[in-house]
Amino acid sequence: MTPRIIPCLLLNENGLVKTTKFTNPKYVGDPINAIRIFNEKEIDELMVVDIKATSEKRGPDFDLIEQLASECFMPLCYGGGIRDMADVKNLFNLGIEKVAIQTAVELNPSLIRQIADIYGQQAVVVSIDIKRNWLGKPTLYSNSRSVKYESKNWKEYLLHVANQGAGELLLNAVDRDGVMKGMDLELISEASKLLEIPLVAIGGVGSLENIKEATDAGASAVAVGSYFVFQGPHKAVLITYPKYKEIQDLWKK
Amino acid sequence: MKITIVDCGIGNIKSVQRMIEYVGGTAVIVSDPNLAKNAEKLILPGVGAFDSGMGALNGNGWIDTLNYLALEKKIPVMGICLGMQLLCRRSDEGVKNGLGWFDADVVSFDPNKLGNLKIPHMGWADIKVKKVNPLLHDEVEASRFYHVHKYHVVCDNETDVLAEAVYGINFVNAISKNNIFGVQFHPEKSHKFGMRFFENFIKLA
Repeated sequence: MTPRIIPCLLLNENGLVKTTKFTNPKYVGDPINAIRIFNEKEIDELMVVDIKATSEKRGPDFDLIEQLASECFMPLCYGGGIRDMADVKNLFNLGIEKVAIQTAVELNPSLIRQIADIYGQQAVVVSIDIKRNWLGKPTLYSNSRSVKYESKNWKEYLLHVANQGAGELLLNAVDRDGVMKGMDLELISEASKLLEIPLVAIGGVGSLENIKEATDAGASAVAVGSYFVFQGPHKAVLITYPKYKEIQDLWKK
Repeated sequence: MKITIVDCGIGNIKSVQRMIEYVGGTAVIVSDPNLAKNAEKLILPGVGAFDSGMGALNGNGWIDTLNYLALEKKIPVMGICLGMQLLCRRSDEGVKNGLGWFDADVVSFDPNKLGNLKIPHMGWADIKVKKVNPLLHDEVEASRFYHVHKYHVVCDNETDVLAEAVYGINFVNAISKNNIFGVQFHPEKSHKFGMRFFENFIKLA
């Protein structure tokens, strides 16, 4: 079993951006073009997240998503602005395999269960953003400020969403986003020990070794932003993905 | 030859149609079984739970049409993912009977044999082809396919096993008997490997 390596593309006003610690979105190109390149590179899976859909209180951009899905010959997970089953149905009808939800888990508590019942558990990805506080303690984070998590324990929250029927958990280390210096292995290890479902870790990959470290720490899959869209010390935009052989060799070491 | 894709609300049918058309085939999505009676080739996609899959086939009146097309008219039929599992007798996941075209059951992965691997099995796996068949070949290069499943098929008859893969254990991920095929993986989401698979399905006489 080779763990999945999943490029994660961030949508912002029809273009792709890459953030650092969830701020400073830098334009990195056109989504359709990126998907075509990723098709050629035969990537394991693709994740597309509309980072403003929730904070701007609009739903998913279905026209754009349909264009993306029709270019995509690998599994596609979409997240951003999903509110209810009507949004979810639209997305599956357009050819999305998985939906990632975060704010809706709180605002629409039965949604995980409803999606799992109709489309199967594997179709529901719950995305959780974790930011370490000034004491270094992991805390739940809402970038759109739509949810107040203050009183919630992150580990209990993980178990809570898993018990509702989430098929995968996407764990995002906000402090590592765009930094490319390695993942939060302690967080990954703690989270994966709690979970029976696959954990997809994101935040901090700057090398293939970082990906291996995360799977050694317990991640079933690793999602990658900056490392697959930037090249070199000046962060020139270049879309890359390791060759299948390189990926296989990574876990043979 | 046109391919008919069964739509009873349990599968990601759009992706299947897109890939067939991408490799030069024609595929129509049909939700009324009466409009499928003249089908020449059929695909039964599906995701979700076993009982809701069988419930959807029953509720939409598909069972008689499917039996007629697969067992009497003997057109090429392919089940994908849950669609493959529905071709079997029963599943650990539910209580309903499957279509029963294969002497096979759908069982849970035994967590004790998986080590650190999580369920569902979600990811790519190389296939090992177990018999000569028109759809899958691995002589030149191992084909890999995207899998998402919690249960796997166990056949009574080894002759029905078309291919296997490894996830902690060896499990059957493709079956065939005469004109009927089933694949646990998602060829429609498996890059060139899936494209070859559909090209071969299109060529089937």
